[in-house]
Amino acid sequence: MPTRTVTVGSSSGLHARPAKIFVEAAAKAPVKVTIRSGDRKPVPAKSMLSVLALGAKQGTEVILEAEGDGADEALDSLAELLAKDLDADV
Amino acid sequence: MSEVLTGIGVCAGIAAGPLLRIAAAPALPAPVPVTDAAAEYTRAEAALAEVVAELGRRADRATDDTVAEVLRAEALMAGDEELRDGVRELIDDGHDAPHAIDGAFATFREAFAAAGGYLAERVADLDDLRDRAVAVLLGLPMPGVPAPGHPYVLAARDLAPADTADLDPEQVIGLVTEVGGPTSHTAILARALGLPAVVACSGALAVPDGTIVLLDGSSGQVRVGVDEAEARAAADAAAQVAAAASGSTGPGQTSDGYGVKLLANVGSAKNVPAADEAHAEGVGLFRTELLFLDRAQEPALDEQIAAYRDVFTAMAGRRVVIRTLDAGADKPLPFLNQDGEPNPALGVRGLRVARQRPDVLTTQLAAIAAARSQTGADVWVMAPMVSTLAEATDFATAVYDAGLPKAGVMIEVPAAALRAADLLKVVDFLSIGTNDLSQYTFAADRMCGDLADLLDPWQPALLQLIGVCGEAGRAVGKPVGVCGEAASDPLLAPVLVGLGVTSLSMSPRAIGPVRAALAARTEAECRRLAASAVAAPDAASARKLAV
Repeated sequence: MPTRTVTVGSSSGLHARPAKIFVEAAAKAPVKVTIRSGDRKPVPAKSMLSVLALGAKQGTEVILEAEGDGADEALDSLAELLAKDLDADV
Repeated sequence: MSEVLTGIGVCAGIAAGPLLRIAAAPALPAPVPVTDAAAEYTRAEAALAEVVAELGRRADRATDDTVAEVLRAEALMAGDEELRDGVRELIDDGHDAPHAIDGAFATFREAFAAAGGYLAERVADLDDLRDRAVAVLLGLPMPGVPAPGHPYVLAARDLAPADTADLDPEQVIGLVTEVGGPTSHTAILARALGLPAVVACSGALAVPDGTIVLLDGSSGQVRVGVDEAEARAAADAAAQVAAAASGSTGPGQTSDGYGVKLLANVGSAKNVPAADEAHAEGVGLFRTELLFLDRAQEPALDEQIAAYRDVFTAMAGRRVVIRTLDAGADKPLPFLNQDGEPNPALGVRGLRVARQRPDVLTTQLAAIAAARSQTGADVWVMAPMVSTLAEATDFATAVYDAGLPKAGVMIEVPAAALRAADLLKVVDFLSIGTNDLSQYTFAADRMCGDLADLLDPWQPALLQLIGVCGEAGRAVGKPVGVCGEAASDPLLAPVLVGLGVTSLSMSPRAIGPVRAALAARTEAECRRLAASAVAAPDAASARKLAV
């Protein structure tokens, strides 16, 4: 299964504004994307509550997974988003 | 037949319209057995969808981008599919819709609480979303400030900053609260938005939603059950007065030309445009705390210079009275380690901080001096919480040593007011902080709503102390200002001028009405009014003299 391991780049972590931007992008992806941190259960990347509940801070490593047509492209663009500092991107 | 409720007017003006109460969070009803799980789920889903839709509408309406963003993030949470899955599972297990929603939120609540930090603070958001969905299910108004889509007077027990983040001034035309005082959040918000407001008005929450009320933010009276024609006439008349006042320009003066400087209270350069719009003649209180809040260490010299320079530049050619750091009591600062004072309001605050950390004051004065030398503003510096001649002398020496030309002290402690004449031997001006002077004169905590009547700025004892300062200023020809919230009351302004006050500093929005109020009286009238107000037996009688 296509997988990307990314380090969260946003200075406030995967919270508030960065989480909203990421979740909205994941909801637009043509495939179902999951996100997990460490060995915890993967959760849907388009679920705001689940993504917030990861409690990922700047520097936390998270793993994105998806399957199906367009999975690689979707993961690439989401991984790029996660690696950026979305707090700085106003 | 109309009934009259009386509270304390904290922001002048008339508001007429239907009263709506801020809704409380609903209690979870007793569980009921579910016979049709599919129908129950449809009900739950519709309630969540309504919460999402309402947050979206509020976000569309919000004028502040940050507020809109927060509301949209909350909408994403309420519309979360994992949440809906959780609700469905709980309904399949036999729970009714309200309990299923409560249970589904509880799962995330636990995860948020366990994560700590930022997420733990978001637990309140989850609770709010749950309360909203449960209210929809029960057919109750959603908790929080109503948004009926038409103008109304908002009634609440008290208002917290969270309630009012996206308060829509197009809809909310007046505020009335059961508790609170002249310095409560409700009062400060009302003055910032220019909303007529009455606080400490018991009975306000007993008025049924939709009843037409006529609220007078000067007298503190709320007439309940007036007919619509009368309400409309009163609102029209008030709008005309407000339009006349906001259109007033030029320096403040009485009808016979006695000048009273009308100045603005600002916290940073961001507030300067509003001050300009109100034709403020300068800044009478530049609060410097903003720069220091939430800091583990004091801001560096350069950062302070930049912040002060921004305001001085924007006010070039005009007076800027800058107050040195007013930390402590309700504004504790982490880097000063003030934890553990048994009674912070009576502790090491304001200038008293310099006893332990003189370097903080020295650095701040150096920054003010540097910023002044780079701009053309007429910079005056004053210290908060001064009680004695010795403190005033030390402060003035420090100000002059820093190369600054004008030193003054705030009068917030009765001891300082009583010795105003002595203080004026060593400083160039006085500025009366009426909020704290009330609190310390009446031994009544500013945050204690039950004592709001004691904090009424019309209390004759308070006016008498202001008069002592005014007399001291007149005797030596030195300026005496008022920069507390009392300065923004158009009824009180002529009284203060009559007591010898030479400048009034307030929220920019209040300047127009105060200018108009002063222009309606001669200086001799102000003096007569002041003498009668000081002689009045109580605050209500003093206020009646001016109406």
